[in-house]
Amino acid sequence: MALAQRKDLLGLRDMSREEIEMILQTAVPMKDIIKRDIKKVPTLRGKALVTVFYEPSTRTRTSFEIAGKYLSADTVNLAVSTSSVQKGESLRDTIKTIEVMGFDVIVMRHAMSGTPHYVARNTDMRVINAGDGANEHPTQALLDLYTIKEKKGTLEGLAVTIVGDILHSRVARSNIYGLSKFGCDIRVVGPSTLMAPEIEKLGVKCYYDLEKAVAGADVVNILRIQKERQHSGLFPTLDEYANLYMIKKDKLKKAKEDVLILHPGPMNRGVEISSEIADGTQALINEQVTNGVAVRMALLFLMMGGTRDEITN
Amino acid sequence: MKLLIKNGRVIDPLNEVDGKMDVLINNGKIADMDKELEAGENVRVIDAKGKIVCPGFIDMHVHLRDPGYLYKEEIASGTRAAAAGGFTTVCCMPNTKPVVDNAAVAAYVRQIAARTGIINVLPIGAITREQKGEQLTEMADLIAAGCIAVSDDGKPVEKAEIMRNALEYAKMFDLPVLSHCEDLSLSRDGQMHEGYYSTIYGLKGIPAAAEEIMAERDIILARLTGGHVHICHISSQGTVDLIRKAKAEGIRVTCEVTPHHLTMTDEALGTYDANTKVNPPLRSAEHIQALLAGIKDGTIDCIATDHAPHELESKDCEFNLASFGISGLETAVPLIMSLLDKEFDMYRMVQLFTAGPARVLGLNKGSIGIGDIADITILDPDKIKTVDPDNFYSKGRNTPFGGRQLKGWPWMTIVNGKIVAEDGRIIEE
Repeated sequence: MALAQRKDLLGLRDMSREEIEMILQTAVPMKDIIKRDIKKVPTLRGKALVTVFYEPSTRTRTSFEIAGKYLSADTVNLAVSTSSVQKGESLRDTIKTIEVMGFDVIVMRHAMSGTPHYVARNTDMRVINAGDGANEHPTQALLDLYTIKEKKGTLEGLAVTIVGDILHSRVARSNIYGLSKFGCDIRVVGPSTLMAPEIEKLGVKCYYDLEKAVAGADVVNILRIQKERQHSGLFPTLDEYANLYMIKKDKLKKAKEDVLILHPGPMNRGVEISSEIADGTQALINEQVTNGVAVRMALLFLMMGGTRDEITN
Repeated sequence: MKLLIKNGRVIDPLNEVDGKMDVLINNGKIADMDKELEAGENVRVIDAKGKIVCPGFIDMHVHLRDPGYLYKEEIASGTRAAAAGGFTTVCCMPNTKPVVDNAAVAAYVRQIAARTGIINVLPIGAITREQKGEQLTEMADLIAAGCIAVSDDGKPVEKAEIMRNALEYAKMFDLPVLSHCEDLSLSRDGQMHEGYYSTIYGLKGIPAAAEEIMAERDIILARLTGGHVHICHISSQGTVDLIRKAKAEGIRVTCEVTPHHLTMTDEALGTYDANTKVNPPLRSAEHIQALLAGIKDGTIDCIATDHAPHELESKDCEFNLASFGISGLETAVPLIMSLLDKEFDMYRMVQLFTAGPARVLGLNKGSIGIGDIADITILDPDKIKTVDPDNFYSKGRNTPFGGRQLKGWPWMTIVNGKIVAEDGRIIEE
């Protein structure tokens, strides 16, 4: 399916390799635009985008907003906490209200899995999932793929280790779906209480031992640990978590020498990642943020019916 | 008026009857049964050729929502849904507002049922006051007011001590205790069956162990007390195994299974359509196979719908915020008939809807014999129809089966000698 024919982007699970490649290729010229002195192209002039975030987020929301602006779309952020939710309005009515204001695209973040899918069924607007519960965060995975491909030249056959709270992670799921379409050797590692049931059936290898999981890895993608998981009894203390799973230099000895370090941010330094790694030369954490804007520009552009030639010419 | 049902295949498992037979109904009772009966004067003849004539189907687990939640269902609408779905008797759960935890509320339910209902409604009383799991209800009084069992369905009786006392106390009256088995600490915030699909869909899982742990506890308490525990809506392989073993030991345990747990897997939740959200959750294909094995070997006593109607708003929302439950009365029979031949035969199916629940509850129902009250369900095994929730009599349109084409539907429902539903439509007086 071409992206222009796709009404919504809800996840990578049902996206084809060709669609993903198209987005990654289109993001290359988009990244050039970000680096220009005049960072604006008229491509989406007259289009309107609204971000509706039911969960706090700075970088994803800002990234979508600026991506839209660079393409000349009108972008609006709906501050949900101060809006209809507190007045008891149903989600369906909120969405209808937004729709009739004339928005073309709604970018949605929600703590509950499947909410963007529900919204997509009930609106003519295009829906982009900016993270839903523990289900998917497709644009994060796309920017991760872009970042890896940019450095390594290819995604084909790379060994990628995802570390941390796999059970609750939408970033992990979307990365698994995306990477598996490129024949990657995907490993997931974390405490057994934070491992999703039957995850091996997704074609990944499951580890509890960090050093074994990163042996030979080309990429280590570190997930943010939510501190409240400790309170629900899923692991004893953050100290023990850090002892077992924090990425620091001596844990990476068996990884490839040029291993890339990714983290979706925001980081808990000293919990899932040490400062020496976070600030080291192999960490691409800031690069990921820039790429995030480029990938989201590409996505908005392609979904609104643009062709790749249009932007490169 | 007299009714003569001619040329049908009569299946009455309680009396071990299966064969072509005519049935004459007079004054609300079965007046005669024989290979060939002549229609006399003033007799309406019903040609049941190619149809299956059964004792009236009994659904021992429905939520009729009255009192308190009339926007979800009423006894008028719920009993019409039941009649259209082929049932002549339903037993309604007490988790209403107020809870049916005293004789006055039970009497209210019976009164409304007598006035607005069109089939037999038998109330179930609560095990504990306000279903809080603390203090036993006045069970003798509830029985006097017409209750046929006790249950805190919707939630488990959390304390083993209270469950022990309930089983001990109910034993005096030979009253079955219907148990909703769920360890709330394991199921907390859960949205669906825990397994491969909960991983894929990113929804919090409810492990089968949440049901099995409580089922095992209740079986152990039934052994301790000699009381009769009936495990509601079993959904897992482990529960089937536990009950099979307990029955072999002679413990007084029975159980029911719902049509949806036999015919839809957890894979269906991928659309995040809240109509697939139900408690216990739809489980995996392996669990379904175990439930079917339990039906075949007699471990499972009956089929019950757990009919849980909801208003649109409580399903048309974010998945996590949606209510649990499926409106099941109008799809139960065709869903089970869709399993015929592949999984079990017609005789066993009729048993699960008639003799099965009648035995569990000790009801004087579930058979067709001369002198019996004429509650009869006639099935059309060849009818093919697509489920259309917009045509439901139930106020609850919450079904995940909308659009599913099914073969084998109820054809006629006769209550107390009167035709109340024909071909899925209610015959109003």
